[in-house]
Amino acid sequence: MAVLTAFRESTLWRRRRTRRWIVQSWFGFGVALVLLYVASRATRLQLGLDFMGDRAGFAIGHQWLTDYTGSESRFNAYAVGVFNTVRLVLAGLALATLLGIVAGVARLSKNWLVSRLATAYVEIFRNTPLLIQIIFWYTAVLLQLPNLERGVEVLDVVFLSNRALAVPWAYPEGAFVAWLGALVIAAAASWLAHRWRVATEERTGRPANPNTTALAVFLGIAVVGFVAAGTPLRPELPERGVAGAGIQTISGGMQVTPEFSALLLALVIYTGAFIAEIVRGSIQALPRGQTEAAMAVGLGGYERMTLVILPQALRIMIPPLTNQYLNLTKNSSLAVAIAYPDLVFVGRTIQNNAGYAVPVFLAIMATYLVMSFLISAIMNWLNRRVPLGGR
Amino acid sequence: MTQQRAFRVAVLTIAAIGLVVMACTSDEKESAAGNTLQAVLDRGKVRCGVNDAVPGFGFLKPDGTFAGFDIDFCKAVAAAVFGDANKVEYVKLTAAARFEALASGQIDVLIRNTTWTASRDADLKADFAIVTFYDGQGMMVRADSGINKLEDMRNATVCVLQGTTTELNLDDRFRAGNIAYKPLTFETNETLEQAFTQKRCDGWTSDKSQLAARRSAFPASAGGPVALKILAETFSKEPLGPVTRDNDSDWHNVVNWVAIGVITADELGVTSKNLEQMKSNPPSPDVARLLGVPFKGGQVSNFGLGIGADFMQKVLAQVGNYDEVYQRNVTPIGLAREGTLNASWRKGGLIYAPPMR
Repeated sequence: MAVLTAFRESTLWRRRRTRRWIVQSWFGFGVALVLLYVASRATRLQLGLDFMGDRAGFAIGHQWLTDYTGSESRFNAYAVGVFNTVRLVLAGLALATLLGIVAGVARLSKNWLVSRLATAYVEIFRNTPLLIQIIFWYTAVLLQLPNLERGVEVLDVVFLSNRALAVPWAYPEGAFVAWLGALVIAAAASWLAHRWRVATEERTGRPANPNTTALAVFLGIAVVGFVAAGTPLRPELPERGVAGAGIQTISGGMQVTPEFSALLLALVIYTGAFIAEIVRGSIQALPRGQTEAAMAVGLGGYERMTLVILPQALRIMIPPLTNQYLNLTKNSSLAVAIAYPDLVFVGRTIQNNAGYAVPVFLAIMATYLVMSFLISAIMNWLNRRVPLGGR
Repeated sequence: MTQQRAFRVAVLTIAAIGLVVMACTSDEKESAAGNTLQAVLDRGKVRCGVNDAVPGFGFLKPDGTFAGFDIDFCKAVAAAVFGDANKVEYVKLTAAARFEALASGQIDVLIRNTTWTASRDADLKADFAIVTFYDGQGMMVRADSGINKLEDMRNATVCVLQGTTTELNLDDRFRAGNIAYKPLTFETNETLEQAFTQKRCDGWTSDKSQLAARRSAFPASAGGPVALKILAETFSKEPLGPVTRDNDSDWHNVVNWVAIGVITADELGVTSKNLEQMKSNPPSPDVARLLGVPFKGGQVSNFGLGIGADFMQKVLAQVGNYDEVYQRNVTPIGLAREGTLNASWRKGGLIYAPPMR
């Protein structure tokens, strides 16, 4: 007891530095143990990716712009999975942002019905699990659409059934890449034209229509380039047919499968609810003086929002928005639940056929990491670009 | 004061991490030593990886209990090891997750309509016991569809389960026949059935046993079993059986010979009903060896499996022989045993037990 008291009171022990040192070395020791354990497990695992070059052997039903078949390599199968995730995520990000802004602004509306509807939307979809929503949209809504035989036709060009929403689409052919180059040139030219007209406006003090000019320049070059490249887009109409022993088919055009649609709907509606809250919060974070000043100069509701409030709210919005974008990207892996072959789905199939659980999961994680880093990088760049005016 | 608290928290955290690391390490020792039999005996329960969605084979009934052909083999193992067929912890697994569950030690034995293939045996580090059911892949379509053979299925959409040999066989068969098709690959049978019922796909491919099971339970609201037909062609070999981890011989032997014992009992005509009579008065040395009883006052033979010589008595009393297991589970879903590969070898089938001696 005496020893313990002496130890407690010894100045060395009571010194801050000593204690910090002890705590930190214990912590370091703990971390080292964990790392050692992980390393010892990892060294016994096979981490090569050679098996990815072998024949995949399984087909993938959901493909767009790719024509993978089962006799290609597992790597190609995985690439199709990655592309399926990317197109889902890109469409999801765009639509969720749009929905979020509309719902966020609507929540602040003075119209009782509009603001209550927006509140109901946010609260319902923010507070139920995403997986349940995905399965709901798939099994309770989209699979319940009429089947192919009884599908809905609109003007003989759009077909809606639980096989697909088939719409006309234009597919690239021939000198499509050259035309894309022309589009880049058109964009650059229109940007220059815009600058030139703005400069003229400032010099002369008379309106010089910068936006109209820029649009005209862009369209002009794009159309001329399109013709010059030999119309490198081939329009395609969806077509119904009967194959084999009376099997109804729908082919051509662009076919949006119910699996893709269900995922997109669920991701957009779920993430949109969170974005709506971010938009609402960002707008409310602006000083009231901004709205009052905008009203004082006689701006109407729409202009007040688009010219004064939203541009300023944007810079508060971007960091939390980035989080939601990353969430949407990662949540897309729930595709497994409803037969949409995203990268996790294809990765797991490969892993089940070939073994090698650890390399496959590392590859899946690395792919998500790259996508998340890209989104973060773009959003951070945007964050720096948004002008920081005084509040 | 706050610093002291921080210090304590830090020390506790480190201790916790240390404990976790130690726990992981000791856990690993158990599985790395490759002695699942001892682990099972210590635990007092067999952890059996099963299916919960295939009537007749592995099915979770509304009352919360499991039933089926595969389930009965789990019970047989438990009866052999503990003398109590109920000492089983069922772990329901998806097709995609089952080998991970086995390799990680989450389950002791996988009895979940799993096909024995070379790559699974070697690459996935699994050991396959004797084949308990000879299955083959087939195709189920709607009875009113006009499809009578696979060649009729050009441009069809086919529903299939993810991560199965089924998926690979499907591609092989359709590619070989030059039949264009679109797979729609699901993770669970429930979602698949909903999609199929709603005519999202034209065909449903799986092992014929599973198709028969699903067909027998097809909801009356969607037309009942008569609304579906299974095409005649069988386009794969699917030998199904129990699976254990590689390098785990003691445990593998127990699982394997319990299954063989169930088949042997069928060959020798020992059932749960005549067990008592066979035990007290075995008609042949074979029966005596199977039941671990002396034949005309001789020695009791023990195979050295480490679970007692009379293990088959408990299995037969509580579960029954192969034919009883088959008739109880598989016949009701519309797959008769006679005349199929699953008949005894004495009756032209493939069910054949190596000698128990």
